Amino acid sequence: MAIDTIEKTAKQIVLTVQDYSLFAHRAVMNLFRPPRYWVDFLMQCDIIGVGSTAIVLLSGFFTGGVLALQSASTLSAFGASNLTGRFVGLTMIRELGPVLTGVMVSGRNASSMASELGSMIVTEQIDAMRALGVDPMRKLVTPRLFACVTMLLFLTILADFFGILGGAFVTVFMNHQDGLQYFSTAWESLRYPDIVQGLVKPLFSGFIIASIGCFYGMRTTGGTEGVGRSTIQAVVFSSVLIIVADFLLTQILLSLLSRL
Amino acid sequence: MNASNPANGASPLSGHAAVEPTPVVAFQNVSISFDGPPVLDDVSFTVGPAETRILLGPAGVGKSVLLKLTNGLLRPDRGSIRLFGEEISHMSEQALFPLRVRTGIVFQEGALFDSLSVRDNVAYQLIQQNVPDDVIDSRVHEALHFVELDQTFSLFPGSLSGGMRRRVAIARALIREPELVLYDSPTGGLDPITSTTIIELVMKQRDFYRTPSILVTHRLQDAFTLCTHRFDSELGHMVPLPKGHADPNTTFLMLEEGRLIFDGSLHDIVHTDNKFVREFLL
Repeated sequence: MAIDTIEKTAKQIVLTVQDYSLFAHRAVMNLFRPPRYWVDFLMQCDIIGVGSTAIVLLSGFFTGGVLALQSASTLSAFGASNLTGRFVGLTMIRELGPVLTGVMVSGRNASSMASELGSMIVTEQIDAMRALGVDPMRKLVTPRLFACVTMLLFLTILADFFGILGGAFVTVFMNHQDGLQYFSTAWESLRYPDIVQGLVKPLFSGFIIASIGCFYGMRTTGGTEGVGRSTIQAVVFSSVLIIVADFLLTQILLSLLSRL
Repeated sequence: MNASNPANGASPLSGHAAVEPTPVVAFQNVSISFDGPPVLDDVSFTVGPAETRILLGPAGVGKSVLLKLTNGLLRPDRGSIRLFGEEISHMSEQALFPLRVRTGIVFQEGALFDSLSVRDNVAYQLIQQNVPDDVIDSRVHEALHFVELDQTFSLFPGSLSGGMRRRVAIARALIREPELVLYDSPTGGLDPITSTTIIELVMKQRDFYRTPSILVTHRLQDAFTLCTHRFDSELGHMVPLPKGHADPNTTFLMLEEGRLIFDGSLHDIVHTDNKFVREFLL
């Protein structure tokens, strides 16, 4: 009995991964074939990008501030409190900026994509769209996917910038250290591989957020309860996948960029 | 939607629908299941040009599934489905889109896009085809006039009643003058007066444009009204056919537990010996 359950669950997981792979492949390939819905792409850029700006800026600013607070006390024990800028800058750009932005946008947008598309499924709006001769993958999924990838890149840059500003605020006004020194150590320690690492990660996070959000939305079953379930699954899986992908990408990028 | 004068020849009640050589829809031994017993099992029937098939059956018997199979929204496990002469059972989604554009469908709850206005809902296909705005507005006004909802042009679906939503859905289905219309319980859950309004619209489409259709319903009253009335374009409403006459192109299909147990005219259904059909009619 238990083996049957394990077998059934394993098959279900393999089937879900297969469905997701086909879904993501179709969503990406649609960009290379007409019709392309540029208006929908721009609307999604507005919803995902402009709509998420406030939460990304606030979380970036305060995370940078916390980093400065925590690091200052530790670094001062070694007489290296002047390295706060370097610590905050590198941590924000290489790790926390991309991951934090990904998780924040995932909570906001993967959930909204799953619930919006899920509601459209249960109210037969997706069927209506297909019946009217419009491919929902092209009209709904592909614009969200590419808008999310594009916007996450810019949101991450903003989060990095405001994280460093938050660190500067704490360093200058709370730790009473030199602001110029903070910025100069942050700037001098930065290398191109750090920036590349920080800008590659959001591309993957954006892809994960939109593809997982749309995937669970489009396979919603079971009425309004099903919409809730899809929304939870979308947020949980996209958030976890962002962190897993971050780990793998860090490993790969570190080994690749160290050779440069 | 320029109406031409309809030919409303009613036949005696005993008359059978004429068999047309090239059906618009042809199901042959179609079966489908969803992780359980078959929802539809070995279903075969045809819809001829200008023919209206009323699909009867209790709730959950597979009527909506049959309708979604007709325009390829679902794929059968077995059997063949021909739409406008083309085999669609194994057709790709992309290849199906041109055939679906030729088909209008009215979903059970209307399935209007709730974030779009009535104008944008009705004109959805035209907008996707980049038709100029002034042409769209004129076509939408015409379609809304057909369903007698001119005043809803700028409203959103959320502010419409259930009956109005169905009528907007009918306008959306008819705006491109489809060659086949599929109605999925267009009167389900509506009050009798609104139901009659909807049935009158279905009749208007049948008698004005002679568009073939499949109408799913479990309301016998609607089915019999369609058979025994015609739309009078001069009076602007439906009128009963002479006593003992029925519309020759309006016939019945009936499903029971996924199997097609009846296919025939009004005369056939009221005189059938099938126990299930007789119980359903009572």
